[in-house]
Amino acid sequence: MTEIALEFDSVWKKFKKGEVFDSLRDLIPALAKSLFSRNNKGELQKREFWALQDISFQVPRGEAFGIIGANGAGKSTILKLLSKILRPNRGRIATHGRLSALIEVGAGFHPDLTGRENVFLNGTILGMKRQEISRKFDEIVEFAGIGDFIDTPVKRYSSGMYARLGFAVAAHVDPEILLVDEVLSVGDMQFQEKCLERMLRVVREGTTVIFVSHNLQAVQMLCTRTLFLRTGRIARLGPTLEALNEYLCTPSASSAAKFPTTIDEILLCNEEGQPKANFTPGEKAQLRLTIHPSKPLEECLLGFIIYRATDGLAVCDYNIALSESGPHTPDPSGAVSLAVNLSMNLLRGTYVVSLHVYHSPTARFLCRADRVASFFVEETISWQGVSHLDPAVRKVEPALWTARK
Amino acid sequence: MSRMRESISEVYQYRDLLFMLAWRDIKARYKQSVMGFFWAILMPLLIVGAGLLVRFAFSMNSGHSMNFADVASIALKSLPWAFFVSAIKFGTNSMVANPNLVTKIYFPREVFPLAAVLASLFDATIASTVVILLLVLAKVGVSIYLLWLPVLLLLTVLLTAALAMFLSCANLFFRDVKYLVDVFLTFGILFTPVFYEARMVGKWAPLLLINPIGALLEAMNDVVVHHQAPSYSWLAYAACWAVLGLLTSWWIFDRAEASFAENI
Repeated sequence: MTEIALEFDSVWKKFKKGEVFDSLRDLIPALAKSLFSRNNKGELQKREFWALQDISFQVPRGEAFGIIGANGAGKSTILKLLSKILRPNRGRIATHGRLSALIEVGAGFHPDLTGRENVFLNGTILGMKRQEISRKFDEIVEFAGIGDFIDTPVKRYSSGMYARLGFAVAAHVDPEILLVDEVLSVGDMQFQEKCLERMLRVVREGTTVIFVSHNLQAVQMLCTRTLFLRTGRIARLGPTLEALNEYLCTPSASSAAKFPTTIDEILLCNEEGQPKANFTPGEKAQLRLTIHPSKPLEECLLGFIIYRATDGLAVCDYNIALSESGPHTPDPSGAVSLAVNLSMNLLRGTYVVSLHVYHSPTARFLCRADRVASFFVEETISWQGVSHLDPAVRKVEPALWTARK
Repeated sequence: MSRMRESISEVYQYRDLLFMLAWRDIKARYKQSVMGFFWAILMPLLIVGAGLLVRFAFSMNSGHSMNFADVASIALKSLPWAFFVSAIKFGTNSMVANPNLVTKIYFPREVFPLAAVLASLFDATIASTVVILLLVLAKVGVSIYLLWLPVLLLLTVLLTAALAMFLSCANLFFRDVKYLVDVFLTFGILFTPVFYEARMVGKWAPLLLINPIGALLEAMNDVVVHHQAPSYSWLAYAACWAVLGLLTSWWIFDRAEASFAENI
């Protein structure tokens, strides 16, 4: 049995919309009540809503745990509950170990104080001791890349410098439990890389990390398990790949429009038909789907787009004529099952698949199905990029070249 | 009660932060100002000046000429009053001025008003050098009763801390508090025996001493200028205010703390 670093036990949290109090008449009884009772257990009052409903999870020591979800799903609320800034209305939260939150970098900075003074101030706010800060001071400045500006008031800093210094301080706290909320997005590419490296190191060193981010790539790299929140409820809690998959395949609200043709039984699998979401570059895959056509399928094109989830880059957009997709015995209902064979010539990343059916004679979309499947490609051969060109290097005789000339 | 003890020991654990925030307030207050720490002296000096003017007017009308003891007692009482005013003002705003910290980072919130009191105490310490100089010039002299002074100062600080905690908490929920505090502090000096002595109003003196700050100021005047023991009953009364007040406002603060982030 591994040690539990932190635990949520059916936690509920509600917030109020609008102004907190209407009038003096509401206020005085409410105030008296809040002072003398641990109220707020029960039901929703007027204009209140649940920001979190019945959230339970445990994070063992040393695990990197991701939290994903759309804006307003309750991710930051969970972090604030963990760091005791907010308290739950119902349920129990337990944390074991020194906890530090990388929630908003530079939140404790005072604009009039210099970088040096702010390092000490912010470090103390984040729970470090003075000697500890003095000891790590050079390292922090080095990490932030602030250099000579360390004795300039931070109000004169560029926003990048400000954020970098904030992150640098926070990254040197060395807690047992680290809460991270979307802070990797500060600074330039180079600095972001450095941040991610630092996070990976922290995880390797055995710190428990709760990582909230919209950068799915980073979540995938860091976290072993992930919680996917949907409007304050747990939509999925499990291995990161599964949770990401679920999250990516959540259709956006706008795609609810009715189409005459439907596509279902969509499955991404290997050539043997076993469901699969994890591929290596060049691996063979098969996408299976069933179309319930409203027009003769021979007049249609199957649109097939793959996006990189992290930045929306379309890595391919095929429109395949269905007239030549081979003979088949039609289903009595008219449904047609198709298999699309693919070579996953892609590099590391998270990808989503969108499909549509296009009717050429009328120039209409008979069906659009966004984000019907998602998959990951894992490899260690490249730094960045999308396409796998399968490079092979070999030595050649110099004579060959000279002969050409 | 155990919850209180927990809360107090937590603040003790965060004492580094307490001093750091006080230091930040001090530093930031005098950044980009030419006069720097002179500002800490100016405020009590202005109060002393105003007090001298008032006392001079009194003596013109009553026929008693002003003496050095009067000057000394005004100088002496102006300092704790200036400390009280600035600590309450900064304390009341201490949390509202740091919404980022209140909503983003966890630490015991008691640190905010306490740090504001500490920062004002620092200013008062600087200004006290000038007051001590004035007292020496006025040939006040020393006596065994001076030993009471540390106790009185401690009680003043406790009382101020109690009020600052309560008001900062109240101001977080209702911004009316800030304006009320401003008004009360502006006119408070008229209702507190700073420029005059409580005994000057004869049988109405207890009315002025009901205000615990008034009682403490009079006690300081007794032990430093008049070389006599303070009135023990009034001192006990003020001490009750300081200690019970601090416990009560700490209790309220602790109770309300959970909802700070949602209500700021």
